[in-house]
Amino acid sequence: MSEAKEEKIVFQRPKALCDVVTHYCPGCLHGVVHRVIAEVIDDLGIQEITVGIAPVGCSVLAYNYIATDFAEAAHGRALAMATGMKRVHPELVVFTYQGDGDLAAIGTNELIHAATRGENITTIFINNAIYGMTGGQMAPTTLPGQVTTSTPTGRDTKLAGFPIRVCELVSTLEGSAYIVRRSAYNPSEIRKLKAAIKTAFQVQMAGLGYSLVEVVSNCPTNWGMTPLESLKWLQENMLAYYPLGDYKVKDSVKELMAKK
Amino acid sequence: MAKVLMKGNEAIAEAAIRAGCEAYFGYPITPQTEVLEYMSARMPALGRAFVQAESELGAVNMLYGAACTGARAMTTTSSPGFSLMQEGLSYIACSEVPAVVVNIMRGGPGLGNIQPAQGDYFQMTKGGGHGDYSPIVLAPSTVQETVDLVILAFDLADKYRQPVYVIADGMIGQMMEPVELPELKPPQRPERPWALTGAKGRPRNIITSLQLDPPTLEKVNLRLQETYKRIRENEQRHEEYMTDDADLLVVAYGTAARIVKTAIAKARRDGLKAGLFRPITVNPYPYDTLRKAAEKAKRLLVVELSAGQMLEDVRLAVMDKRPIHFFGKMGGVVPMPEDVVDAMKKALAEA
Ligand SMILES: Cc1ncc(C[n+]2csc(CCOP(=O)(O)OP(=O)(O)O)c2C)c(N)n1
Ligand code: SF4
Repeated sequence: MSEAKEEKIVFQRPKALCDVVTHYCPGCLHGVVHRVIAEVIDDLGIQEITVGIAPVGCSVLAYNYIATDFAEAAHGRALAMATGMKRVHPELVVFTYQGDGDLAAIGTNELIHAATRGENITTIFINNAIYGMTGGQMAPTTLPGQVTTSTPTGRDTKLAGFPIRVCELVSTLEGSAYIVRRSAYNPSEIRKLKAAIKTAFQVQMAGLGYSLVEVVSNCPTNWGMTPLESLKWLQENMLAYYPLGDYKVKDSVKELMAKK
Repeated sequence: MAKVLMKGNEAIAEAAIRAGCEAYFGYPITPQTEVLEYMSARMPALGRAFVQAESELGAVNMLYGAACTGARAMTTTSSPGFSLMQEGLSYIACSEVPAVVVNIMRGGPGLGNIQPAQGDYFQMTKGGGHGDYSPIVLAPSTVQETVDLVILAFDLADKYRQPVYVIADGMIGQMMEPVELPELKPPQRPERPWALTGAKGRPRNIITSLQLDPPTLEKVNLRLQETYKRIRENEQRHEEYMTDDADLLVVAYGTAARIVKTAIAKARRDGLKAGLFRPITVNPYPYDTLRKAAEKAKRLLVVELSAGQMLEDVRLAVMDKRPIHFFGKMGGVVPMPEDVVDAMKKALAEA
């Protein structure tokens, strides 16, 4: 019998990801983003000092999946809650996980003011151009012409206005330090997303100001598509309105990244 | 400690600091803004957290966040701002985290005005937000009592892990009176195993008000009701003033009770035997003690700076055992003691 060879682990569940089945629909990118966050928490070794805040939206149960201390906020108020936590516990890593309705409709005020105050908080923002949890109504990020249950003939910009570009908006605020848009529609984008989330946490830990990583995401269920169709639709329609890229990287952040 | 002359609102702020408040969040609104201004200087100087929030929605959710980490935290506001806070307060109650909120009430409804009023009584004592919760509400009638009750509010919030409100108005907020404050000490944080402080050496904590499974949410509700029962049994407070021989028992709280006290002295000089029953906890309401006090009197008069909100609690306490009269002023109109004496005479004349 030949000697047993030591095996190298190439893939396993991150420690910061709970070993449970999620409630997300098949093909939904929420689950992928959760995993990426958990990998970053493991890589940075911050599981014991991190507090997450779940939104109201499909990811309301994020606390069942990401294995850190967690709170569940009122709809749109995650960043106010995060501010309260971080101000009394600056040593904690505090992140909010929010959908487009939560962050860019009901929670816009909290977003803008947390960013402008330069709170040392990180937001992971899931832009799926729709209200998933309530069954597919128009979101502030719904594209012109996009059909939802509350824009049955397509979003008419004369009636419903235009979609909000969160990164562009928030990057104008002095207190924001690291504001980037990524996606997760293929492995290469997922790798870039992971790098961005890691940087965002590091920006927070270095006390450089507010960081936000937008993820151009999907909602196969309410878009009425198969998972693969939804990823195609995302690339063909969303990326034109929401170009991926870095919208704000403060010099202090660039210096930090150069050191890492 | 020696007494110092302080404005009500500043006394509220300093009392919170002495009680070990580690975080304050607020938004300007008259007549409570001096609390915010005072805190903006004192809290950072003491190395404690202060944020002028973007709105009362922001303030109450910052309070919620700080409370989740186990810190003693407070926000202060006035009526319209208190309305905005209701969703957050419902979350705080359901999540069972301690928090202190002071409402320096003003004339309403709507934007109303900034004069003393008690029109938020229903909203404050009956919950105000959605769902079955029942906050403790403390109603001081002097600046010293405001100091004492703000300190008590922090203790009760900690003890029961529920929001505790202090209810006052512009009269108490703006007036200056001599007060005695406890000594300034660094904030002490008792053991709070439920708090979100990072899961180091312990299983992780989750604070949520979401329970999708009805029996589980029912269990949360039953636990809350158990807490409210304990509060009812242990925390009722009231004051009786000249009630022993009173034919007319006047029931009033806060600023209205101050006016009633002066009115009673005047009325007694005219030979009218009146006494005051003053609830200090307007929730839990001292129903049983009021019922007993009412039995000694011939009739009752409820005096409020509202259309008659506490009146309903007095009726619940006394039922139809004694006639109950009402005298109220609205819209920030504050009655003179003479007006109250007239109302007392009228109540007794109707006998
Ligand atoms: C105050 C309040 N208003 C409305 C709702 C109902 N609601 C729940 S989730 C949601 C929209 C969530 O959409 P989004 O933030 O885009 O997240 P997604 O579900 O798409 O992930 C709404 C409107 C609520 N829970 N609270
Ligand atoms: S409804 Fe949409 S966003 Fe929600 S879990 Fe399903 S696919 Fe994901």
